[in-house]
Amino acid sequence: MAVTFTDLAVGQELASTTLRLNRADLVRYAGASGDLNPIHWNDRFATEVGLPGVIAHGMLTMGAAVQLVTEWIGDPTAILDYQTRFAAMVPVPDPAGSNPADAEGAELNILATVGKLDEAASTARVDLTVTLGEEKVLTKAQALVRVAAA
Amino acid sequence: MSVNAALQGTSYPPAPAYAVGREKIREFALAVKATHPVHLDVEVARAAGHADLVAPPTFAVLIAQKAEAAYIQDPASGIDFSRVVHADERFTHHRPIVAGDEITATVTVDRARAAGTGGMVTTRTELVDAAGAPVTTVLSTLLVRGEE
Repeated sequence: MAVTFTDLAVGQELASTTLRLNRADLVRYAGASGDLNPIHWNDRFATEVGLPGVIAHGMLTMGAAVQLVTEWIGDPTAILDYQTRFAAMVPVPDPAGSNPADAEGAELNILATVGKLDEAASTARVDLTVTLGEEKVLTKAQALVRVAAA
Repeated sequence: MSVNAALQGTSYPPAPAYAVGREKIREFALAVKATHPVHLDVEVARAAGHADLVAPPTFAVLIAQKAEAAYIQDPASGIDFSRVVHADERFTHHRPIVAGDEITATVTVDRARAAGTGGMVTTRTELVDAAGAPVTTVLSTLLVRGEE
């Protein structure tokens, strides 16, 4: 069922999810994206450059978070514009005794709300709140989505 | 070293065209946990009116970053890549990217500011298809941390 303007109001919560990123997810994104910066897969290097350890690619968090918007609107090509600021890093733990391929990893909470509606342009701005614990890791994470007229 | 503000407004010659492949779209979709069938199943993508598999919303970063490298790796840019932090990213889609596209990307330095031994740079990368029609505009801001 297609989403239409009559279903939406500014401030409305649309969907929420939990995104888990473990070391295997980071390696997979490194390979798929070609971003081989070792801060995303090598603890020694990451700590030597002053990080707490391996951190997730900002672009992985951005790319995975928008899946919530795709699921809500039902069509990835309805996302006309998507932007974010990277506000905080996402350290990805590697607990002793765990298998990095299926470890729980870092747990991000993602909430999608209606930020703005523009019926003349047939668009809704969906704002994503992406948090790790109490900390926002993305800010101004906004997807402009094409919405059918009522 | 610090960011060279004199390069603000400069455009670099485009990187060789990027050929968008089905398996790359599938691989990238898996990596960002994008599960919509238009990324994975050609028949579903065609039934939805697309020429082939559709790339996820942030796929354009692959193409843009290859173009941005012309600037970031330019010794004249004054950017020490080991001190770079990604500050923000934006994709404006003029049409979906689909498998089979041949995309040419041209990077322009929209903003370059020096601050101490670092600074901040914003690049705008225009992606166009083989016919020269706009596909995606990618804005990316990098913070270059100064040395203590």
